[in-house]
Amino acid sequence: MGTAVDRFDDKARGLFDRIGTNDVYQGELLRHRPYTRFLHWMVALFFFLALFSGFGIYLPWLFRWFTPIFGGGALARSMHPWFGVGFCFFFGLQVLNWLEPMLWSKADTEWIRGLKNHVLKPEKLEPTETGFFNAGQKVQFWEITIGSVVFLITGIILWIGAGTFGRITVAVSYVLHDISALVMLLGIFIHMYLSTFGQPGTFHSMTRGSVAESWAWTFHPSWYKQVTGRDPRQAHEEARRQMETGRR
Amino acid sequence: MSDRRTLQIKQISAHPGPIPGEGVQRDLEVCKLVDTTTCIGCKACEVACVEWNDMPFTPTTFDNTYQTMPETAWSFWNLIKFNEHQREDGTIQWLMRKDQCMHCADPGCLRACPADGAIVQYSNGIVDFNQENCIGCEFCVSGCPFNIPKFNPTTKKVYKCTLCSDRVGQGLEPACIKACPTGCLKFGSKDDMKFIAEERAQQLREHFGYANAGVYDPASIGGTHVIYVLHDATRPELYGGLPKDPQIPWSYTVWKWLAKPVLGTLALFGLLGVCLHYVTVGPRKSQPEPPPRKER
Repeated sequence: MGTAVDRFDDKARGLFDRIGTNDVYQGELLRHRPYTRFLHWMVALFFFLALFSGFGIYLPWLFRWFTPIFGGGALARSMHPWFGVGFCFFFGLQVLNWLEPMLWSKADTEWIRGLKNHVLKPEKLEPTETGFFNAGQKVQFWEITIGSVVFLITGIILWIGAGTFGRITVAVSYVLHDISALVMLLGIFIHMYLSTFGQPGTFHSMTRGSVAESWAWTFHPSWYKQVTGRDPRQAHEEARRQMETGRR
Repeated sequence: MSDRRTLQIKQISAHPGPIPGEGVQRDLEVCKLVDTTTCIGCKACEVACVEWNDMPFTPTTFDNTYQTMPETAWSFWNLIKFNEHQREDGTIQWLMRKDQCMHCADPGCLRACPADGAIVQYSNGIVDFNQENCIGCEFCVSGCPFNIPKFNPTTKKVYKCTLCSDRVGQGLEPACIKACPTGCLKFGSKDDMKFIAEERAQQLREHFGYANAGVYDPASIGGTHVIYVLHDATRPELYGGLPKDPQIPWSYTVWKWLAKPVLGTLALFGLLGVCLHYVTVGPRKSQPEPPPRKER
């Protein structure tokens, strides 16, 4: 990635660090800086605006109760593309912001091979190679990146219309637009579950920025090692022993 | 929309339930017959259409032909398409075709429309737009093989020829028919118009030397409720781009009616999936957890 982009990202992160604050107490680590959190919630906002206004266009006979939020079907339709533009803009910045930690590694391929175990009978501790993001998060990130490109291209075709692009192009674009939305919708359920109920303690990293150290050595051991310099397994073992002696 | 007492609805776009009042009344299929061989291009039908439907002025485009503008507009539903056709022997033929909604038996616009009740098909064959339910997505534009529905950027709705459903509902002929001075436009039941059209085509073949004369009533969309008599039915494209084999894109048949609801439900299963995961496999907690309670 070019230095101009790096400089832009650094400037933006620095700016938001000056404005924003993080709540990091004893025994906690800073996970997401204010710039990342800002982008995440802007993406989330526009995602749901686009999703709910899109529902009314996708299957109105099932989802027409969403459209009054936007002032009716016609208004939902005319605002939907602008929500999409907002989504793509902020997610584009997030892509630049997260590009480096999202790069694929060999350990990620291993992680995906053992996906069934991760989902159905999870080990208590993540494999030690798992860094800032695990392979599942990376898959989701790249899915949304590719999905956004599909959204943008097909969305512009649907927006400008059959008069310019021809009726067959529009008819095909709308199918691709729908498929991209369905895949993203499926992914978002998993994303929301794992960041709240599925892995307690995760959500706080996106609100006030911090996670517990125990959270870090459990779910992202390699990242824990990187920021604290301590061995994640050893740290866990010590905490476990401490807990046992404390109970005696 | 027109009078519900005389126009019986047959199909409604994106409508989940039964069709209100379907099949309670027998209704003849209506049809407009356009004999392109007797059209003189006077444009009385264009004026009558604008007049009856109370349209605002639509700017015309002069392009050195006898055509009023390049294509129909949201406020100009009826357009005589003009083509100066040079035959193989070098002679010139002026082809004039009245372009308007074809009122297909299997309407691509209605299939494409995602808005409940924005497009209806009456059992007499008229396909009508209901602007109050239209959301302006313009999918109908890509669903139509004849490039007929037109978007009005001010009202954000789509408009097209209604076959004067308001007049037909009261037992009157469409405005364009009433205005035609040469009798090139006729209106009646589909069977009658088909009969007259075939007779005329036969006459053209036998007595006027148009060996390929025929009737345009494309079977690929189940026939239309506007039919043409053409000098050369083998080349309808000559008449201002009339498609030979009009098609509705597969995305509006397969995708919309089958895959959309099925896949949409599958995506919602994601929600069910994560809920079931929580109550069966359970969440992952930061380690170490306190030891589980010992059973006595």
